Amino acid sequence: MSRPTTYAQALNTALRDALTEDENVLVLGEDVGQLGGVFRITDGLTRDFGEDRCIDTPLAEAGIAGFAVGLAMQGFRPVIEMQFDAFGYPAFEQVVSHIAKMRNRTRGRLTMPIVIRVPYAGGIGGVEHHCDSSEGYYVHTPGLHVVTPSTPADAYSLLRESIASDDPVVFMEPKSLYWSKAEVELPTTTEPVGRAAVRREGSDVTVVTYGPQVPNALRAAEVAAAEEDWDLEVVDLRSLVPFDDETVMTSVRKTGRAVVLAEAQASPAWAPRSPPASRSAASTPSPRRCCGSAASTSPTRRRSSSTRTCPASTASSTPSRGCSGTTSRT
Amino acid sequence: MSEIDDLLPCREPVRFLSPDGTEAEPTQEMTDRGYAIPPVEDLVRVWRAMVVGRRFDAQATALTKQGRLAVYPSSRGQDACQVAPVLALQEDDWFFPTYRDSMALVTRGIDPVEVLTLLRGDWHCGYDPKATRTAPQCTPLATQAVHAAGAADGLRRRESDAVALCFIGDGATSEGDFHEGLNFAGVFNAPVVYLVQNNKYAISVPLSKQTKAPALAYKGIGYGVRAEQVDGNDPAAVLAVTRKAYEHARSGKGPFLVEAHTYRMEAHTNADDATRYRTPDEVDEWTGQDPLVRLQAYLVAQGAIDDARVEEVRQEAEEFAAALRDRMNADPQVDPADLFAHVYARPTPQLREQAEMVAAEREASRPETEEVAR
Repeated sequence: MSRPTTYAQALNTALRDALTEDENVLVLGEDVGQLGGVFRITDGLTRDFGEDRCIDTPLAEAGIAGFAVGLAMQGFRPVIEMQFDAFGYPAFEQVVSHIAKMRNRTRGRLTMPIVIRVPYAGGIGGVEHHCDSSEGYYVHTPGLHVVTPSTPADAYSLLRESIASDDPVVFMEPKSLYWSKAEVELPTTTEPVGRAAVRREGSDVTVVTYGPQVPNALRAAEVAAAEEDWDLEVVDLRSLVPFDDETVMTSVRKTGRAVVLAEAQASPAWAPRSPPASRSAASTPSPRRCCGSAASTSPTRRRSSSTRTCPASTASSTPSRGCSGTTSRT
Repeated sequence: MSEIDDLLPCREPVRFLSPDGTEAEPTQEMTDRGYAIPPVEDLVRVWRAMVVGRRFDAQATALTKQGRLAVYPSSRGQDACQVAPVLALQEDDWFFPTYRDSMALVTRGIDPVEVLTLLRGDWHCGYDPKATRTAPQCTPLATQAVHAAGAADGLRRRESDAVALCFIGDGATSEGDFHEGLNFAGVFNAPVVYLVQNNKYAISVPLSKQTKAPALAYKGIGYGVRAEQVDGNDPAAVLAVTRKAYEHARSGKGPFLVEAHTYRMEAHTNADDATRYRTPDEVDEWTGQDPLVRLQAYLVAQGAIDDARVEEVRQEAEEFAAALRDRMNADPQVDPADLFAHVYARPTPQLREQAEMVAAEREASRPETEEVAR
């Protein structure tokens, strides 16, 4: 029976179900054991599966990621937690030079079925180093999948799929959505990784977004409809790698306009350089625009109007309120 | 001995053989810790593998000069460290080598052409890590220290009695991952043996600029990891100490750190000029400590090998090198489609698109090639 389920509960249930179904699944990270993780995503797992399955590690992210590489060599499927986005940077070398490349290095003989869970982005009033939009660093590395669900149903389904995948997955969890709720019956299976979802159908402009900005885009679309009579189509990418070119392009061809909405820094960032941005520019008559944060570290304030970047030169043909969701909200 | 003393290495590196091949006087500490020179038949095996290994190393250096290898980091002079610890492994043990450990991989029994695949610029790892229980040669320094800890923990979880052996250079002990590896191995009581080949230089930078520690073996105690130091140019001592380390790890006592004092006789790689940072006198001094000369002199004196046996093994090494030379002189067959084949278990649409584009371009160019051939 479907019931109100938070995004965090969906993740916890996904981990629980994966641990139950496959004894090779291990959960590792800082404070994931007794405490249940600083966001309680691993709540109760050590109690129920033992400290040999949900493991508190020493406080060293490169160590956690590298240790997972060794475990994966022995056939385990580690799910590791980088406590906060910016705390994941010490592990960068292990992620980019080994986890991402081991499969190619060994012609597929050594796979790295590792899920790197990264609570990311802003909106929770966190201080510096706790609110980075770090997805841009990972999407440029071949060998990684980068997945970022925006709903509780996707949180469950995409995490299960990521754990079962033989490819390493950087699983980016928008912190601001941990407490968002939806009516969901778990377990549930949504569209697979690599398929974008049209969250709202519309005819005037396509808003391409993902993760923490999906709810903002949907709210903005309602405001635009009510106040300006604009009909926005909202595409939730769900995974940045693989990128669902087909769904995005189908939508952009239909509406003739594209706005890319991301919380990450606008330059250099994933959003403005993403395939639909460049392709839509060539294949659609209308100007496109990219909305993102300023190319600086985001301040701690919950709401700020000073960091939005929305080039005025393209504003004439695109709904200006399309930018309302792009404000950096840390 | 107290628990703390037990973690500390001997004050002097463990040594059984003097540079001239005569038996060295064992220190009291060595005796107290139960170190004994290994049986002579084991040392004959080590010697044979060292003769072949050194010939392999010389052949690889020659192949580099002939343009058949992109680069080759020689381990000549470190032969005892390359050979003895690997021969002492069991078949189901795992090995984590670095880029300088090609000789060790050959000793492990891996096809030498597969060993040199990386260095000829063909593919990043030529051998099957699972079948050989040998991780790809690791280039990012010390990152393999944490892999080895994780793999050893994985072996323990599988209730195997196998251990992991991880090679590291002296310069890499300055990297964070070395410390995280030792710490994780300690915390998880992982059955892993770290062997630091202290060859005195990290490319050009001497050990004195890497650490203020009296010896690298003292880095173990901070992590609760038992450690030992050994004369890395004494094959008998390296064999005895690594065997003891494996016993320690295999019996559930956790990780073990060995520092082997040795010397890199060649430059960092063929692309390096070692005369810019070290003197000929220094190199001469280490030439006098050659591990192969030392062991051979000992075995001859013991009557374990004679001139005929020496000649037999020399011939074996020549044949090994000749076969390698012939195979390396044949151009490898490469398929451009391989560039796309192994990036993902489930390739992205964009990668598939690129693969198809390359395939189509090759297809389109094919008739032209055939015409030229006619």
